[in-house]
Amino acid sequence: MLGTAIIVFREVLEAALIVGIVLAASRGLLGRGWWIGAGVGAGLAGAALVAAAAGSIAAMAAGFGQELFNAAVLLTAVVMLGWHNVWMKRHGQELAAQVADLGQSVRAGARPLYALALVVCVAVLREGSEVVLFLYGVAVSGGNQGADMLVGGVLGLVAGALSGLILYLGLLNIPTRHLFTVTSWLILLLAAGMASQAASFLMQAGFLPAFGDQLWDSSSFLTMDSVIGRVLHTLVGYDDRPAGIQLVFYLITLSTIGLLMRSVPRLRPSGQRCGR
Amino acid sequence: MRLGLGVMMTSLVFGGLGTVSVRAEDLSYTLVLQDHRFQPSQLEIPAGQKVRLVIQNLDTVTEEFDSPDLHREKLVAPGTTGVMMIGPLNPGRYNFTGEFHAETAAGLLVVK
Repeated sequence: MLGTAIIVFREVLEAALIVGIVLAASRGLLGRGWWIGAGVGAGLAGAALVAAAAGSIAAMAAGFGQELFNAAVLLTAVVMLGWHNVWMKRHGQELAAQVADLGQSVRAGARPLYALALVVCVAVLREGSEVVLFLYGVAVSGGNQGADMLVGGVLGLVAGALSGLILYLGLLNIPTRHLFTVTSWLILLLAAGMASQAASFLMQAGFLPAFGDQLWDSSSFLTMDSVIGRVLHTLVGYDDRPAGIQLVFYLITLSTIGLLMRSVPRLRPSGQRCGR
Repeated sequence: MRLGLGVMMTSLVFGGLGTVSVRAEDLSYTLVLQDHRFQPSQLEIPAGQKVRLVIQNLDTVTEEFDSPDLHREKLVAPGTTGVMMIGPLNPGRYNFTGEFHAETAAGLLVVK
């Protein structure tokens, strides 16, 4: 039971942390609950589809379909996160001022929410499909252990979801005028980490050179198997034994989104504040 | 629309990269998974060389080949064969498991 719980927890944790950040980053936007809920729902449906088609996906591209699929999904999320950050750079201050002044949701248009919903969707889809395949295997071969392992699965799911909730509640403690700055930084690092993961998949498929199979080994200090290692892996892209190409992808993503954010002129919140 | 974008991006990647095939001269090694055990459970490969690792899953459920040491993770559906590229690696011992049945599915890659 514990073994099942741990495996499910590891898969759910990553998606839950991403949902937590996205929820905090979209605070005060009208309709965000609906959009993010739809993202999670579509992700769950997609997870079941991907799990059912896992064999066919894997067989594509000369046996490297799974790696290409994962890389494509991750890079889609990277683009969406980058786009969200650029949008936030432009509108964030204005948004924070309105949320702080009025204490209520503001209409910002659906566009940033659309991007965030897509990010949530692909995060749930990737991790969820592994959970579905694992639990399906348990159900097929489980026998009398089936019920026991189901309990383990639910425990893992709840523990993973709680971790995301704790992160979200922690972020909400940040004063509103700083919140979006913090979430933008978190999303920048999240995107860079995802790009590094995508590079790892493309390398595994032999489509990218490693540029050094192992730049360093910090696994004796903090292994990626530990909960903290897992959390940092998701949040900032921590890797205990990264390949050179991963660092290249990480830095390119960091600097590209960072430069785009710098180059966007910021909208001043002056218009909303007159009459105070 | 969400799916459409995903499919479009995926097909772009497939279209662009799918034709790149693994070079024929790559060394290839096969691990067979049966009754949630790897055969052979210990495999020796040369150091400093990129090799192709093939995992043949003869079981009735999906397995996830997982190796933090090798930095590799791959789902292998029942009755199918998974391929991945590893290396070039430094000499050493690298553990791997079938994550979904780690109590029995464990093996060691020795790089010399």
